[in-house]
Amino acid sequence: MSSPTAESVTQVGSGDRGSAAPVLEVEGLRVFYGNIEAVKGVSIKVHPGEIVTLIGSNGAGKTTTLRAISGLNAPRHGTITFEGKSIGGRPGHEIVKLGIAQSPEGRKIFGRMSVQENLELGAFQRTDKDGIKDDVARVFDLFPRLKERINQRAGTMSGGEQQMLAMGRALMARPKLLMLDEPSMGLAPVLVDLIFETVKEVNAQGTTILMVEQNALAALDVARYAYVLESGKIKLEGPAAALATNDEVRKAYLGEG
Amino acid sequence: MRQVTGKGLAAVGLLVAVAVWLVWNFSESPAAFLRVSIIGLQNGALYALIALGYTLVYGIIELINFAHGDLFMLGSLFGMFLLAQSGQDASNPATWLLLIGIIAATMVFCGTLNMTIERVAYRPLRNAPKLAPLITAIGMSFILQNIGLIWNGPGQVSVPVVLPNEVLFTIGGVGINSIPLIIVGVTIPLLLLLTWIVRSTKPGKAMRATAQDADGARLMGINVNRTIAFTFALGGLMAGAAGVLYAQAVSTTRWDQGFQLGLISFTAAVLGGIGNLRGAVLGAVLIGFIQALNEGLPHGAGAQWSQSLVFSILILILVFKPEGLLGEQTPEKV
Repeated sequence: MSSPTAESVTQVGSGDRGSAAPVLEVEGLRVFYGNIEAVKGVSIKVHPGEIVTLIGSNGAGKTTTLRAISGLNAPRHGTITFEGKSIGGRPGHEIVKLGIAQSPEGRKIFGRMSVQENLELGAFQRTDKDGIKDDVARVFDLFPRLKERINQRAGTMSGGEQQMLAMGRALMARPKLLMLDEPSMGLAPVLVDLIFETVKEVNAQGTTILMVEQNALAALDVARYAYVLESGKIKLEGPAAALATNDEVRKAYLGEG
Repeated sequence: MRQVTGKGLAAVGLLVAVAVWLVWNFSESPAAFLRVSIIGLQNGALYALIALGYTLVYGIIELINFAHGDLFMLGSLFGMFLLAQSGQDASNPATWLLLIGIIAATMVFCGTLNMTIERVAYRPLRNAPKLAPLITAIGMSFILQNIGLIWNGPGQVSVPVVLPNEVLFTIGGVGINSIPLIIVGVTIPLLLLLTWIVRSTKPGKAMRATAQDADGARLMGINVNRTIAFTFALGGLMAGAAGVLYAQAVSTTRWDQGFQLGLISFTAAVLGGIGNLRGAVLGAVLIGFIQALNEGLPHGAGAQWSQSLVFSILILILVFKPEGLLGEQTPEKV
């Protein structure tokens, strides 16, 4: 079986991302649903402290890439390396333990449980009760709206509140790498701004972030480095600022042309 | 104001008819009413222990575990086998202490067996179409029945009753026997324990999270396979307790007792709202009462109509409330 070559990737701007080793390295990842290949040889790197974004249209394979990293879909080919350890194909709960949390597509909050219980489940692997309490308080600082709803059933909240909860819940694992799948999906513009502000704030507090977005403009605005995914392959990559001014990107994803 | 529908009127009419029937029977023979109520409560408690195994498993992997009734049957055989091995019978008044040990051992036996069944028969089919594990469960039911058949023979086998069997007190001329009270007295703490485990412990929270969204649970760091195994273990524990208590209540065991009781208990779980613990208990007690009232009251239809009655009521309730009495339409779908 021939694996797709890396030559099809166009580097836009400088590929130099400093001397630190990447915290996450995905190499030649291929993921199938039955016989359908959803991800066809994706290679991405996330360096410590970065916000990296994966943009592309619907069905490009963004979510599947994140699912493979989180251990929800097993890769058929390729490697996933986190902090030097190979994690491809390991079960999801082990990957959370290693320090990768995800706020998934569709949020997947536990609708019949309270906001408080959802947040506590985010810290399922942790045993430091005081630390968990501190982190619940930290999430409430980031999203005061959640504090008002602490005992409300999560399923009865609005989409925006559920998105806040999904992000807050992922943070409760105290991840080294936080993955966000479409954090702005279906939200009112004012909430979209709030979510991206929070992404920046969480990153400034020291969490590395890998974010999937359809809202390319907003994503490129907060990210340092970006990959453009098309039909399961990386098409372009480069510093977010360079991609944001790239003609091809502007035409295809920023609605210009 | 809510609109009055034909369906609503029919429901009210039915409830009124049932109430009239109950009052009629009660006024004619309060003693019979009391006597059958106690039987209903006892059977309801036993059905509840079994129904929980159905509802827990359905709640977490949406599988109707048809083998569950037969697991309960093997619990009966195992418990009564232990009792026979001990060589004790009712002549020794302390034997009921031994029975507590036997209940515990049988609970462990059924819990382990149920986990093993999940591991070898259901887990390999986790990503298969829903029909595959369902058929496997039916096959597993036959396998367990055949184990019971080989172990216990084709006929009804009587077992010694070692629970204290005496009239404790008399109400209105009706002697209240100790066995139903003991059975209810053992069942209630078990139900409370189970509720506490599911509601307040970490494995219980993992169960509820997995039941709502398995991928979501994985992303929380929950070991979903282990959580499912734990769920089968809990269901097995309850079935084991029910097995021993049932054998003591009816003083016999039989290789196919699990089929009928399993079906009744599953019905109880659906009646209450499958996946809902309190619903399973409520459904079980209701069915226990319906059967007992029908069989024991002066104007009941008699034992030969009990099953038809139970299932007619199930159909009626599902027509009026498809999600079961305490079931809920999930509100979290956005």
